[in-house]
Amino acid sequence: MKHPAIARLRHDWPVALLVTAMAAGLAAPLVSGAATTGFFVEVLLGGLMTGVLYSLVALGFVLIYKASGVFNFAQGAMVLFAALTTARLAEHMPLPLAIALALVLMVGFAWLVERLVLRPLVNQSAVSLLMATLGISFFLEGFGQAVWGNDIYRIDLGLPKDPMIVGTHLFEGGILVSQEDLVAAGVVGVLVLVLGLFFQKTATGRALRAVADDHLAAQSVGIPLNRIWVIVWSVAGFVALIAGLVWGSKLGVQFSLAQVALKALPVAILGGMTSIPGAILGGLIIGVGEKFAEVFLGQALARWFQLEGGGIEEWFAYVLVLAFLLVRPEGLFGERHIDRV
Amino acid sequence: MLYRENGQFKTSYAADQQLLPIAQDRWFMMALVACSLIAVPLLASDYALRALIIPFLILTIAAIGLNILVGYCGQISVGSAAFMGVGAYLAYNLTLRVPQLNFLVVLVLSGLGAALVGIAFGIPSLRIKGLYLAVATLAAQFFLDWAFARVRWLTADSPSGSVSTRSIQMLGWTVERPVDKYLLVLGLLCILTLAAKNLTRSHIGRAWMATRDMDVAADVIGVRPLSAKLSAFAVSSFYAGVAGALWGFVHLGSWEPAAFSVTMSFNLLFMIIIGGLGSMVGSFFGAAFFVLLPVLLNRAPASLGIELSTAMKSHVEAMIFGGLIVLFLAIEPRGLARLWAIGKEKLRIWPFPH
Repeated sequence: MKHPAIARLRHDWPVALLVTAMAAGLAAPLVSGAATTGFFVEVLLGGLMTGVLYSLVALGFVLIYKASGVFNFAQGAMVLFAALTTARLAEHMPLPLAIALALVLMVGFAWLVERLVLRPLVNQSAVSLLMATLGISFFLEGFGQAVWGNDIYRIDLGLPKDPMIVGTHLFEGGILVSQEDLVAAGVVGVLVLVLGLFFQKTATGRALRAVADDHLAAQSVGIPLNRIWVIVWSVAGFVALIAGLVWGSKLGVQFSLAQVALKALPVAILGGMTSIPGAILGGLIIGVGEKFAEVFLGQALARWFQLEGGGIEEWFAYVLVLAFLLVRPEGLFGERHIDRV
Repeated sequence: MLYRENGQFKTSYAADQQLLPIAQDRWFMMALVACSLIAVPLLASDYALRALIIPFLILTIAAIGLNILVGYCGQISVGSAAFMGVGAYLAYNLTLRVPQLNFLVVLVLSGLGAALVGIAFGIPSLRIKGLYLAVATLAAQFFLDWAFARVRWLTADSPSGSVSTRSIQMLGWTVERPVDKYLLVLGLLCILTLAAKNLTRSHIGRAWMATRDMDVAADVIGVRPLSAKLSAFAVSSFYAGVAGALWGFVHLGSWEPAAFSVTMSFNLLFMIIIGGLGSMVGSFFGAAFFVLLPVLLNRAPASLGIELSTAMKSHVEAMIFGGLIVLFLAIEPRGLARLWAIGKEKLRIWPFPH
């Protein structure tokens, strides 16, 4: 006799393990006295903020994967392209107009992708489609920089740049919080809410979910697949634009923005590829995990193995996700799928 | 007219199973080998050897390795450059720490080392596949990138993290002139190509292809996924390791940690997509195309009277690469190798349509 609770535990133990490991990792610096409470909270907040930004890019992956089963490698290039377009257009016109124009361009891009890439490749294997998006990514990176130039540009959203000090009465010296990051977190919250409403409440959203469930069934009840793809790539373009604006105003618009997407890939995978809450939670977990690894584990590693500085950030997310996938291949909230011949 | 197989009867199993069953193909291959052994060293300039032919040959080795993994076994990998890096750094450390070692032994050892690392990072492929596996191989790429840059032991405490190699010595032959390097790489490429071609024709290769076509079905009919997938990772990484050691020692001479970055992995993937997934000759075509396109881009606009800046050239290059990937996937998913095969088929029956 198997008790249902035991059965569930057997299925959920990787999650339990991850939570335990993260809790232990989080508590370790405090317990060992490597950090003061104030510093600890500061690192935690910093990690959460980075995580929110990762989620923003990961959302783009999830949207396209949900609706068309395409793993969009070009999301990073889209972020770069949208940000570059806005930054360069804003030199000649007011910012809101530049953003609107960039959005129009992203919709045009979505249409082109559907026409030139998705339609000829219909019914090809998922790996072919992945490689096709790799091609799109090459093209878009080259095109964006050929048209708009390859220097570092800035986007000024008018966000407050100065960090503020809060909680002076709680911790010694208070903690530094970047106001810019707070605004970014707010933007992401609103965005997720809007996307959630769009997916749950509108007719288009329902059609998108139907397509995500089953292409053939959706088509047979009269949902136009091609238009749905254009819509979903446009929405992903919109998300890329927001991500590009937020990242761009933080780091400056430059080629390395496209690399941020490579960081967001493990986020989407950890969340389960098909789940929007998963992308958010995955982003937070990886953001915090990465910061803690860099600040606390990095120091320890450098001391033990005589390494040159830290840099654990570069691979921590990937290795974490890899370890997690080994025990739970479908991610946190992904659908379990069963292979059939 | 000349390319006919009339009158070539196969009277033994050996004749039926040989690599090039058509006599004209065998002559062509012999002529090609003779040409590359005699004519190229005599005629090619040092610049052509150093900047075009040697990189082409080394990249072909790497592309064959990646093609075994992606094209034959269907396990997508975006970490191949990292395995090249393993080979290169291993070879560097071996020549530095054991200087009396023959360079061929060093090459084999670096290949084997890369194969071990490849197996380690290939283990996730038993649980996850397709897109998820791409992330696992990216993990290998970023982790190893970091290790090359940060672990001081690997670069023998060099302050900038860059390493430079000593001259290649083997059996009293100092490989110094471009011609020597060319002959060394050519010989290795011939051996490795022949080995890979025969591997793919053996039961191992058939297991790879069965896994690629449908892994669950392959499992059901008795192909062991563990050995099929891990052997593909091992062989592929061995090729990558040898190619990486050659890339470092023969082509670059001295390199920085960024030499084996994710861009290189993407480029290798590009080569095998354009050249032809699951085809030996495709790896050659892909590598040749990749080496020649920048040269073409250098020459063509200038001859048309347009001046492009260096940055612009690299952007245009990226655009052409990207456009070609999509174009080939849509129109000819099996790449240049398929066009080559079609051309040969047409030639065999020419001038008749059927």
